[in-house]
Amino acid sequence: MALKLSDYKTDVHNDWCPGCGDFGILNAIQMALADMQVPPYKATIFSGIGCSGKTPHFIRTYGIHTLHGRVLPFAQGAKLANPDLEMIAVGGDGDGLGIGAGHFVSAGRRNVDLVYIIFNNAVYGLTKGQAAPTLKLGMKTKSLPQPNVNNSVNPIALALVAGFTFLARGYSYDVRHLKDLINKAVAHKGLAFIDVLQPCPTYNDINTKEWFQGLDKVDPETHKAMPRMYKLEETGYDGVVHNPDEINQKMAQVIEKSNEWGDRIPIGIFYQNEHVPTYQERITARIPDYMENSPAAQQIADKNDKPITNIGRLLSDLQVDK
Amino acid sequence: MEKRTTNSLSWVIGGAQGSGVDSAANIFSRACAAGGLHVFGKREYYSNIKGEHSYFTVRVSDIPVHSHINEINVLTSFDAETVFRHFEDVTPGGAIIYDSDVVKTLLSEVPTVDDHAAARIKNSLEKSGLGLSMQDALEHAKRRGVLLFQVPFFQLLQEFAQKANDPSLSKLTRMVNVMALSASMAIMDFDNDVLARAIQFIFRAKKKVAELNVSASAHVYNYAKAKFAGSNFAYGLKTRPIDKNMIIAQGSQSSALGKMVAGCRFQTYYPITPASDDSEFLEANEILDLNDTGKKGSTVVVQTEDEIAAIAMAIGSALTGARSATATSGPGFSLMAEALGWAGINEVPVVISLYQRAGPSTGLPTRHEQGDLNFVVNAGHGEFPRIVLASGDIEESFYDTIKVFNLADRYQMPVIHMLDKAIANSVTTCQNFDPGKIAIDRGSIVRQVMDKDKGAAGNYLRFKLSDNPISPRVVLGTKDAIFWNTGDEHTEEGHITEDPELRVQMMDKRMDKLGVALREIPDGDKAVAYGSGDVAIISWGSTKGAILDAMEKLEAEGIKIKFIQVRLMSPFPSELVKSMLKGCKVVVDIEMNYTGQLGSLMRQQTGIEWNYQIVKYNGRPMSLDEVYNAVIRIKGGDAPRRQVLKSGA
Repeated sequence: MALKLSDYKTDVHNDWCPGCGDFGILNAIQMALADMQVPPYKATIFSGIGCSGKTPHFIRTYGIHTLHGRVLPFAQGAKLANPDLEMIAVGGDGDGLGIGAGHFVSAGRRNVDLVYIIFNNAVYGLTKGQAAPTLKLGMKTKSLPQPNVNNSVNPIALALVAGFTFLARGYSYDVRHLKDLINKAVAHKGLAFIDVLQPCPTYNDINTKEWFQGLDKVDPETHKAMPRMYKLEETGYDGVVHNPDEINQKMAQVIEKSNEWGDRIPIGIFYQNEHVPTYQERITARIPDYMENSPAAQQIADKNDKPITNIGRLLSDLQVDK
Repeated sequence: MEKRTTNSLSWVIGGAQGSGVDSAANIFSRACAAGGLHVFGKREYYSNIKGEHSYFTVRVSDIPVHSHINEINVLTSFDAETVFRHFEDVTPGGAIIYDSDVVKTLLSEVPTVDDHAAARIKNSLEKSGLGLSMQDALEHAKRRGVLLFQVPFFQLLQEFAQKANDPSLSKLTRMVNVMALSASMAIMDFDNDVLARAIQFIFRAKKKVAELNVSASAHVYNYAKAKFAGSNFAYGLKTRPIDKNMIIAQGSQSSALGKMVAGCRFQTYYPITPASDDSEFLEANEILDLNDTGKKGSTVVVQTEDEIAAIAMAIGSALTGARSATATSGPGFSLMAEALGWAGINEVPVVISLYQRAGPSTGLPTRHEQGDLNFVVNAGHGEFPRIVLASGDIEESFYDTIKVFNLADRYQMPVIHMLDKAIANSVTTCQNFDPGKIAIDRGSIVRQVMDKDKGAAGNYLRFKLSDNPISPRVVLGTKDAIFWNTGDEHTEEGHITEDPELRVQMMDKRMDKLGVALREIPDGDKAVAYGSGDVAIISWGSTKGAILDAMEKLEAEGIKIKFIQVRLMSPFPSELVKSMLKGCKVVVDIEMNYTGQLGSLMRQQTGIEWNYQIVKYNGRPMSLDEVYNAVIRIKGGDAPRRQVLKSGA
């Protein structure tokens, strides 16, 4: 029997603010899971802390709500111990690019085969609107006592140089587009990152839904709003590294595109490179049966609970009559 | 010839870090062990890659030994600094083997002797009316009856090269470590064949190097035998029949070997002294032999970006059902505190091997201390259950490692296995490890979930409230068993709750597990009493060796002491410790820290106060003599309440 969208929903009351961009991301994740027909018990959603951290509680798969900034280490540990399971990690931009920035960079170096989605709203919502790492310099969102004194980090560019092998950006109010991105990220062999622009209706009064959708920028002739977002795929942009010779050129165009902001904001797939071995492949090169006999799958005792590991070879080196 | 002391001595080799002190000491230890003798060796070194002074002390005996002593009977050197650092500790009748080419070296010419040490050495030499060269230091020793054995290492190397018809060999000054060792073996009349076998074994990965070293060693051995034939040296080593079940174990490997047997298949670490060896040994031996399955096992070892990631990854892995651990030292453990609480509230079995070193902060990064007990039993904000088990020596650390994984699984909580630098950097002969001795206990894991285990919404009740505070665990990927984890307080399914009633129930459930653990854990894993008497020592961790050896010496003099080695630190075995201390008139707390952390914990948990405290915090492990002397003072009635021990270079 095919799994339905409702099979991925829980009855937990969702206490996000009305109009929160997080809803769109939650829906997109659930739709993607249904599209891919992932059995709920085969998937685990990991999250960090904050409003986005509550996401797993609304999804009926295994859900692990971890610590502030530490979602990637938790998820990588689980994935490496049981590579059979589908792991999606989610978190806010403060979680992933502030307190968790070190893990973000290190995860890129490993290229563990999982998906990481950042709910990017440029503020710390649950602690009442402080500036987050993606808020632009000089911006004064409504609860800031002073304009933001820090420059913003460019999540896509940072992920690129850290070594993520799939980079995309979505918009939380374009749920179908975002769902497609999640599908592609899951299908990608390696570590995938999706930066999701997600208006915080309560604390970010600058990058609002209206702003993203261009309601302040009406075409004088058609009288239609001119959305700030545009889709990379509609401009003929191709981020896929088809052969390793293209890497530098493809990386350069990611930097250029990811720096676009203001009146023209690209969404879609910025980069995909499957020429980099995943961490699982790197382990397999040393431990040939790792994928079938992963740490979680290994038998460690016999039926009488006696350990079955034989350290005789190592102990014989210690024997004094050697 | 005076009466010779055979098979009971303290041998030290020193040299610049990177000059092969370790290899030479390993050869010495293995040669003695292969000669049927018991050894206990310990390594001291600076936080430095090359150049600073390091040394290795090995105590050799006919009977099992568990500690080092202050005095040196044979000082084996090939540089000036070793002589400057240790000449005062060489006993009358003992020996110094030294390089004839460096005797003129002035103290001021050895840049690695820091000002404080230089001032102490200068003071000693000047008090004896001597100058400040190495020759003066040797003279100082000679006046006290130390025998001097001068060896021209460079000249011997040249002769060796000539004999082998290969002039390039004369440049192999790297072999001086083994040459010095051989000279020491010659004056002690140790069997050269056994020595040669030990050299071959230590260099077994490099056949050519092994052969060269064996030949060079033989050359020096024969030279020293001939030259020092009439020296009447008072210490000798005579091989004995070996016990086939004896091994020579390294403290940096014993816990890692235990992890393999325990079925730990995932370990994370961030590089830190003295814990890294544990992980590196696992990684070097990542493919594991298995009994009777025809398959191989394997351990995935991940070097993480920091210790926060290390524990977070280990927890993530543990959630999938793999036995998982991380190994660290104090600074790393400090970073793990937040995630420790997460494992506590989510009832995740994860093991942390904590190799203590001297703190606070970076402290003495390569030196020993037991300064983390207070922190470990309390680390993390809020209240959550944990088990803390402390091993006293290398052999214990092997079996304890299997036990800590069982405890983690059985009680579903983080377990901290406390080890320390003294254990990690020591080597000892002991009975071969028995990998079948301890059964694997995975506690309550459910592989197939029944409807009755599910809540109203059809989800698994991972934290089911019942009479048993330990709820059956499922691992990620189990069919039909969806649950959640969160760092927030949670419902039975694992969803966030702030309900006051549920909060109390969940707190009670978690904390009640400690009571169950305390009831079920066997006494021998809680605390062990040795000996008897109305003076009782309480201590923990690696002080065990020095205390046991001191007790033996005291007993030989008719002084009986009781020693209680506390092993389980959390939950604290109050009733057992109280019963063990019943009838004891004097309680002596012995610890490698400033405040006496076990003493405080004991008072907090049992109300019992110590009467005397013997502490040490100079970064060097306690010696047999230090413990002996401190206890003698207490028995003699002239001891202050607190004695601070200070020996060690």
